[in-house]
Amino acid sequence: MAPGSAFPGRLFIVEGIVGSGKSTQLLLLQKWLDSEGYGTFFSEWNSSALVRDVTRRGKNKRMLTPTTFSLIHSTDFADRTEQHIIPPLKAGALVLADRYIYTAFARDVARGVHPGWVRNLYRFAPKPTVGFYFRISLDEALKRIVGVREAIGFYEAGMDQKLSPDIEESFRIFQGSIIEQYDKMVQEFGLVVIDANRSVEEQQLQMRAIVTKALNGARKTRIRRWVDLNVMVRASRQLKPAS
Amino acid sequence: MGRSERYGQGLPAIEAGELKGKLVVVEGTDGVGRSTHIDLLKQWLENSGHAVLDTGMTRSALAGKGLKAAKEGHTLGRLTMSLFYATDFADRLENEMLPALRAGFVVLTDRYIYSLIARATVRGADPQWIRGVYEFALKPDIIIYLRASVEDLVSRVVQTAGFNYWESGMDLPFGSDMYDSFIAYQSRLMAVFDAMACEYGFHVVETSDSIEDSFERIRTMLEPLLITA
Repeated sequence: MAPGSAFPGRLFIVEGIVGSGKSTQLLLLQKWLDSEGYGTFFSEWNSSALVRDVTRRGKNKRMLTPTTFSLIHSTDFADRTEQHIIPPLKAGALVLADRYIYTAFARDVARGVHPGWVRNLYRFAPKPTVGFYFRISLDEALKRIVGVREAIGFYEAGMDQKLSPDIEESFRIFQGSIIEQYDKMVQEFGLVVIDANRSVEEQQLQMRAIVTKALNGARKTRIRRWVDLNVMVRASRQLKPAS
Repeated sequence: MGRSERYGQGLPAIEAGELKGKLVVVEGTDGVGRSTHIDLLKQWLENSGHAVLDTGMTRSALAGKGLKAAKEGHTLGRLTMSLFYATDFADRLENEMLPALRAGFVVLTDRYIYSLIARATVRGADPQWIRGVYEFALKPDIIIYLRASVEDLVSRVVQTAGFNYWESGMDLPFGSDMYDSFIAYQSRLMAVFDAMACEYGFHVVETSDSIEDSFERIRTMLEPLLITA
């Protein structure tokens, strides 16, 4: 990984399984940073316009193997890095990323991809200033997902792994091994663990305290251009409300 | 090709097992005559009773169209392009080449990982990184590397399709117009190919002679391979 400190901006990322509340927390962090007068730039997983159609087609038609699943997501991430992460970091903005390379490491290794290979694949990614991992038990996460069967996709449930013919059961097994991978990465990558069982407010306070320390020396003047760019990017993707 | 061999870590779901076919790679820069020789090889192989599958870059069911569309615009970054090609390659390896090799076909591929490594390297990618990306690739039974001088390439390109944006490296670019950039880009590509020739054991075929002479040499190189096929 390229050291993110090579850039004047800051990179804050959130990780965790579905239902861990990471997106909600990141959104609250952004509101606060904006109100404090920082220029923030938001970037989310699977957001490259160039690659999206291929990923969608691959998923809909179930054409993806563990290898191509891994590669198409790294392609998407490369586009996101080259277009939406590195330029704002160079310009001194705060980049907030909903899911980062650790999502790929956790999922792909849970699919049997070699850990060393997938880590090399993402070697170009800037190292986050802080990586937050929202840790939650599987049971608790499941309670938070409304209409599990409808909400979960084929690959998200790990149905390609033939773990169980029942989608909910398959989801449980697959997400369970993803949690195992995340837990292993906490030490390897120095992720900051947030207990996602605590209240929304408590988690947010903890996050803001950690981010405040990391902001020492960050540029405070909001750069109007980034705000406009953010709006443009969202409009071009017809962004759905944060889930 | 017997028991399959890879450059590094094999990936799940493509544990190849016993492969009865032969993997024949034709490599070389743009305009060097790869497609001409592949057509001739295919004809000759089929006439001698071998089943042939031919494949090449951006032909995957998964990523082929998307990659072509992405190249139409000018926002495709260098890393993104490298990984898009890797996706296309992996899809073809898993869904076309491996099944054909299992079935005992001669798989004739127009370019392989070497072109992709060379292009990425010329565009500034870390050579170790891009080699690592392609670690899952099968080691071919033979790699035919077609070579010509840049002057020969230029005259062939002018007489056929003309200079092309990507083949001239205009995304970089190395010169003020397509001609200058083509010369500089193709020369750099060739330098990377030449360095890989030893590393990966390419069989070098100079194509400055007539097509018949070059083809004759390629055939001689392939013959020992096909005795057991």
